Amino acid sequence: MIEVAVRHAFDDLAIDVEFVADSRCVALFGDSGAGKTTLLNAIAGLLSPQQGRIVLDGQVLFDRAGQIDTPVAIREVGYVFQEARLFPHLNVRANLLYGARARGRPVDRFEAVVELLELGALLGRRTPSLSGGERQRVAIGRALLSSPRILLLDEPLTGLHREARVQVLEHLRRLKQALQIATLIVSHQPDEVVALADEVILLKAGQMAGRLDVAAFGRSQGL
Amino acid sequence: MSPISPDEWQALALSLRIGLLSVLVSLPFALGLAWLLSRSRFPGRLLVEALLFLPLTLPPVVTGYALLVLFGRHGWIGEWLAEIGVVFAFRWTGAVLAACVMGFPLLVLSIRVAFDGVDRRLEQAAQTLGASAWRRFVTIVVPLSVRGIVAGSVLAFARAFGEFGATITFVSSIPGETRTLPIAIYELMSLPGGEGGVQRLTLVALAVAFAATLVAALLGGAMWGRGRHD
Repeated sequence: MIEVAVRHAFDDLAIDVEFVADSRCVALFGDSGAGKTTLLNAIAGLLSPQQGRIVLDGQVLFDRAGQIDTPVAIREVGYVFQEARLFPHLNVRANLLYGARARGRPVDRFEAVVELLELGALLGRRTPSLSGGERQRVAIGRALLSSPRILLLDEPLTGLHREARVQVLEHLRRLKQALQIATLIVSHQPDEVVALADEVILLKAGQMAGRLDVAAFGRSQGL
Repeated sequence: MSPISPDEWQALALSLRIGLLSVLVSLPFALGLAWLLSRSRFPGRLLVEALLFLPLTLPPVVTGYALLVLFGRHGWIGEWLAEIGVVFAFRWTGAVLAACVMGFPLLVLSIRVAFDGVDRRLEQAAQTLGASAWRRFVTIVVPLSVRGIVAGSVLAFARAFGEFGATITFVSSIPGETRTLPIAIYELMSLPGGEGGVQRLTLVALAVAFAATLVAALLGGAMWGRGRHD
């Protein structure tokens, strides 16, 4: 369960969002500029909100009033960035194992994740030679294998061409069924949200504009 | 042209040794300082940068004199170091120190440019995966800067190899101890019949310097070229 209360003013956008999520997969849905990525950055610790409090499974990650700001490296939040951000000097296997090695933990469910994401044939490849869809699959695997308590997906399908998009979406669906991991997904594509989320939080210009279960969201989008 | 004499070999070997050692000794400090200058804002930063570049702008003789005042047998630091058995004055170790000081700005500058070129977003990704600052430095920043680090090392080596003014001022010219290749050339020029040696050593110096700048240019070009394509 994650509790998020974030207030942060940029020059052109004031974010004021508060929610508690305990469904398995919650989508943050809204146009670009609604503050979705800012929320993920705040949860991951890449941005310290001016005001707010973030609690993950009972552990306070951030509390402005209580002066708590847990360092990013020990938050155990798996972040899949929009642009994959794979390490270009490491091959796919080393990218996947980076988190486990950094935390000095035994590698958990490596085979299962590799199989679910169909990465077996790519393990020895250098990452700059991968296609967009392959990169994103590696990024998802890399985040999962760092044993996170929550997975943050920031528009993981944006920038992929149609075929790759369908393929990665299918992989994400399979992951959701196979692995028990809380997920927050940021998206502005209704079909992604309907395919993956259990619950949807609507964001508009930095504010919450509603909260729906996924069936109601699908109907509202005509899907 | 006759072959290189034992004295000339000695000067060449000494210059090579001083060049290599000075880079090896400076490298950890240069990496640390380049990291600080690239990634943090601290008070006095401008002063540190100005001091760093001083050896490039000062007349080398002045740098050598400053080293003598600081690290000479009766120098401010040298006197104290002599008590624990570390002597720089008129020793080859002093030539290494002079070479370190003269090459340091080139080393730090090259490495800093390379560090600046590393995509911060990759470091953020490593951070979310649990990597500490030290681990990110070792596993992400340094490997992605390796061309800049090598290019800087080659430049600093070439600078150290050719060092003259600071060295002769600080440690004089003692055959086999501090008479480096440039100093040997200078002395041969004032000796009757020294032209042959001057020409031989000049060719050697030319070859070493050219090879070094070529390697640095190759690595530098490849480094900036790579940035464009990725």
